[in-house]
Amino acid sequence: MNVFSITLKSLRQRRTGVALTVITIALSVFLLLGVERIRTDARQSFASTVSGTDLLVGARSGPVNLLLYAVFHVGEATNNITWKTYQDIRAMPEVAWTVPLSLGDSHRGFRVTGTTSDFFLHYRYGARKPLAFAAGHAFSDLYDAVIGAEVARRLHYGVGDTIVLAHGLGGPATALHSDKPFRISGVLAPTGTPVDATIAVSLEAIEAIHVDWRSGVRLPGMTSSADQARHRDLTPKAITACLVGLRSRLSAFAVQRALNEYPDEALLAVLPGVALGELWHLLGTAENALRVVSAMVVLVGISGMLTALLAMLNERRREMAVLRAVGASTRTVFALLVAESTLLTLIGMVAGGVLLFAVTLLAHDYLLANAGIVLNATPSAQEGWLLLSVLVLGSLSGCIPGWIAYRRSLADGLQVRL
Amino acid sequence: MIPYGDEVLLRCRGLRFAWPSSDTVLMLDDFHVASGEWLFLCGPSGSGKSTLLGLIAGVLSPAAGEVNVLGTPLSSLSASARDRFRADHLGYIFQQFNLLPFLDPVENVLLGCAWSPARTARAGDARIEASRLLGALGLDRRTLSRRKTSELSVGQQQRVAAARALIGGPELIVADEPTSALDAAARDSFLQLLLGECTRHGTGVVFVSHDMSLARHFDRALALGNLPSHQLVA
Repeated sequence: MNVFSITLKSLRQRRTGVALTVITIALSVFLLLGVERIRTDARQSFASTVSGTDLLVGARSGPVNLLLYAVFHVGEATNNITWKTYQDIRAMPEVAWTVPLSLGDSHRGFRVTGTTSDFFLHYRYGARKPLAFAAGHAFSDLYDAVIGAEVARRLHYGVGDTIVLAHGLGGPATALHSDKPFRISGVLAPTGTPVDATIAVSLEAIEAIHVDWRSGVRLPGMTSSADQARHRDLTPKAITACLVGLRSRLSAFAVQRALNEYPDEALLAVLPGVALGELWHLLGTAENALRVVSAMVVLVGISGMLTALLAMLNERRREMAVLRAVGASTRTVFALLVAESTLLTLIGMVAGGVLLFAVTLLAHDYLLANAGIVLNATPSAQEGWLLLSVLVLGSLSGCIPGWIAYRRSLADGLQVRL
Repeated sequence: MIPYGDEVLLRCRGLRFAWPSSDTVLMLDDFHVASGEWLFLCGPSGSGKSTLLGLIAGVLSPAAGEVNVLGTPLSSLSASARDRFRADHLGYIFQQFNLLPFLDPVENVLLGCAWSPARTARAGDARIEASRLLGALGLDRRTLSRRKTSELSVGQQQRVAAARALIGGPELIVADEPTSALDAAARDSFLQLLLGECTRHGTGVVFVSHDMSLARHFDRALALGNLPSHQLVA
């Protein structure tokens, strides 16, 4: 009959209340760890939205602005880069590859990116993962389009479907390029990046749908058919931005400086990682709010346990008196209650951890496809510290009923005052 | 006057105690129990009987005076040493609700020596001794194996409590109105069985009760009143 087995048997006696307490703790730990994991993973997947690209180049504005319109498709470009400048960038000896991005059209709320098939080759996200096709292939015909996973899911599109692009980024008076419909040639696998919400077409296709347009309006009386457009000169005059891969990352700063000082045009070259960091910094408030909420959830969980322990304390006064009578010290009485809250916290933590593990395993694909969040099943060191603080908090909260019982057993002697 | 043998089991001198929230003051100028002596203690409610038991058990500390058990002044011991001393030398029986409902009867008995290696050693094989004690107190194996602790009758529960107090042969049994919840027949058989076991081991007993008819079973009776000390001889 040691104190530990007495505690276990006592807990078994009160199993309903104990189970509820453990569930409360388990759920709060589940939420705490879940929020923490989503937070770190969201940050991770955000920071690796563009991972294989050394430089992002656009017209001169701010780094965050450039990142927002070129990568996240938020806002509009302030200016374009001329085709000649793009050719100059390509010709730089340090440059291994470039991917042009031409933005400005949309389809039912999803933005259209004019690019080349190099995009599918060189774009990397996450741990330098390349884009993969869930179905079909990259564009081969002029009027081929490749859609991201979210576009396919939300609009129920598949390979072979025909879509019509709209001029501009949406709005009530959107002009449609209905004379030049596109056929979907491929659907990309989910990535958790803005690529999922993108429709990619070739640069030439962007030119082709705009053959009769000048400065954003259709020229009156000009109606070139889709086939007639094929025979025009479809060399682009300008692009919005480009991704640049270097032969050696060591030259990144030199190339960045050279581009920022490019004499013929005002350019801005940014290191995507640095710009992503700046952007994430702006979102830091939301991140902290999440942490505060999950900390609150844990406090609520611990308070729940404290309430339960205190409620049980009254019915356990006799138990304490009996233990005192057979020789247990007041310290033992105190330790008994602290041990109990520690044990309950520990069991709750394990249950919460197991629950989170199960949910991450089961919900991984769903979250990636529906929320664009890549959830890791492996815990981080940060979570270890969180768990440790939950445990400390749980043990400390046990000190309150422990202290009450301690005071009582000192004051009551061996009488049970009810 | 120490009627039984030379050895003093328990002696209180100049004892004063007051609860912080009440006017009740316990005053005992000279109180003693000889080794193996059975003392019957009575008195009106609020006369400080339970307080005296708490002082003897070492869970309360007197404001003045000393409690000396087996030649050891309790006030000279630290709180935890008093707890160990209680575990080693004292068996305590409450009025009721003696048992932990989540332990079976035998485990409840074993609780009596859980905090005392000395009593565990004296009990020999503690489980066998616990069963023997329960048997001697009229609880046969069949009754025990069939029932949970909470399903035992009050009389049976008090016998389990007596076995817990007796296991490992403590020198002194302190009982705080253990028969008050029992009917007359259960009360007499409980007392006979308890005192029978005490005879076997030469155990001293301090027994508190309102029921003066029980006094005849004891060597000596003492009434605690508001006066410092009264002695009644049965």
